[in-house]
Amino acid sequence: MHLTQGTFSHLPELTDDEIKAQVQYALDRGWPLSVEFTDDPHPRNTYWEMWGLPMFDLHDAAGVLFEVNECRKAYPERYIRVNAYDAAKGRQTTAVSFLVNRPAAEPGFRLDRQEAADRQIRYTTHSYATGRPTGRRYADPWP
Amino acid sequence: MAVNDSGPPEIPLQDGDVVDLAAERRRSGVDEVLRALDQELVGLAPVKARIRQIAALLLVDSARARFGLSTNRPNLHMCFTGDPGTGKTTVALRMADLLKRLGYLERGHLVAVGREDLVGQYVGHTAPKTKEVLKRAMGGVLFIDEAYYLYRAENERDYGQESIEILLQVMENQRQDLVVILAGYKERMDTFFQANPGMSSRIAHHIDFPGYTLSELEQIGTLMITRAGYQLSPDACATFRDYLARRRQQPRFANARSVRNAIERARLRQASRLFDSHATQVSRDDLIGIQPEDFLASRVFTQSAEDVIDHA
Repeated sequence: MHLTQGTFSHLPELTDDEIKAQVQYALDRGWPLSVEFTDDPHPRNTYWEMWGLPMFDLHDAAGVLFEVNECRKAYPERYIRVNAYDAAKGRQTTAVSFLVNRPAAEPGFRLDRQEAADRQIRYTTHSYATGRPTGRRYADPWP
Repeated sequence: MAVNDSGPPEIPLQDGDVVDLAAERRRSGVDEVLRALDQELVGLAPVKARIRQIAALLLVDSARARFGLSTNRPNLHMCFTGDPGTGKTTVALRMADLLKRLGYLERGHLVAVGREDLVGQYVGHTAPKTKEVLKRAMGGVLFIDEAYYLYRAENERDYGQESIEILLQVMENQRQDLVVILAGYKERMDTFFQANPGMSSRIAHHIDFPGYTLSELEQIGTLMITRAGYQLSPDACATFRDYLARRRQQPRFANARSVRNAIERARLRQASRLFDSHATQVSRDDLIGIQPEDFLASRVFTQSAEDVIDHA
């Protein structure tokens, strides 16, 4: 299952040049960028692990791409995303957030139904990957 | 990669085709930078000649690239050696502009750093610090002033070595993203390169900045005075020349920087001269005129060479 999260997620995978162009767009607007990674792709998991500190005072996208590549080297089998934060008064929010790396095989999600009182059904999505301990979720091949 | 961005669509040219070098030259605006360099910087003839050579090489290289001849990017890391105040930072700024116009840098900004910006204070502090600086400099020029302080021979556990290793790695692997310029005194730089042969081999251009002659210093000073909106009276011209001749012989003479400081102090004295004269009316000439006594009050004229301390 191809994970779709964040900006551009319904487009084909961005190439490095496209990532660079998007990062440069953010830099030109004065948004600091950060790189984050995770192996828990649940859509409600908003707290990914930070790859280093957010990057301030950059002029060129090459600096961000450098960190993305370092992160890819260290965690090739994880989801990696790039966030751009708009600190402008009145905004103060993530302006762009997009995936730049994903594991080779993505097992996807299972829908759980919980029967509650009065014939209510509660739905939960469960990531198959989280059935394995963290760090080994994508290391071994998925059937 | 960067070279191609600025050029027309990249269809490899054939044997019979020609590249309009003059048009390329106009389009890149190299000549403006070179002209500005010639006009605004006094002296430095060997430096200017060298920069012209580099500009020519890069322009010809991008023309060659269009024929599919040389595709690998030339090594552009440089080393500027020379005494303080000889214009190393200024030339580095122009160089950044030049490389951007020729399409070898994306942004063309200059990040000037020293040892304290690169080297950390405890274990594990150096690598993130150096990388942060490198990332800030990407797309432009990283100017490392007094680069030899990075290496301290007397302390083998100094964190400077770690910083040098990261620098070397990025200088090699990300040549298309940034240009590193090392600057400092000639002799100490030579010692630094002897201790770090890896650094020396990654630097393509060693440019030596000669000290200024007396008349060049005078020219620089006059330029600075005019730009600040002042004028030397005819008498003051001679005094200024005399001042420079004496100041040059003294220790801690920092070329153009000392000239600038001398002018700053002359401005102070001129202002207090007008302030203390209790004149009720001052003319425009009074306000822009610098008189001999504004220089003569300097310690350069009153003290012997040994006990003059430059307050720069």
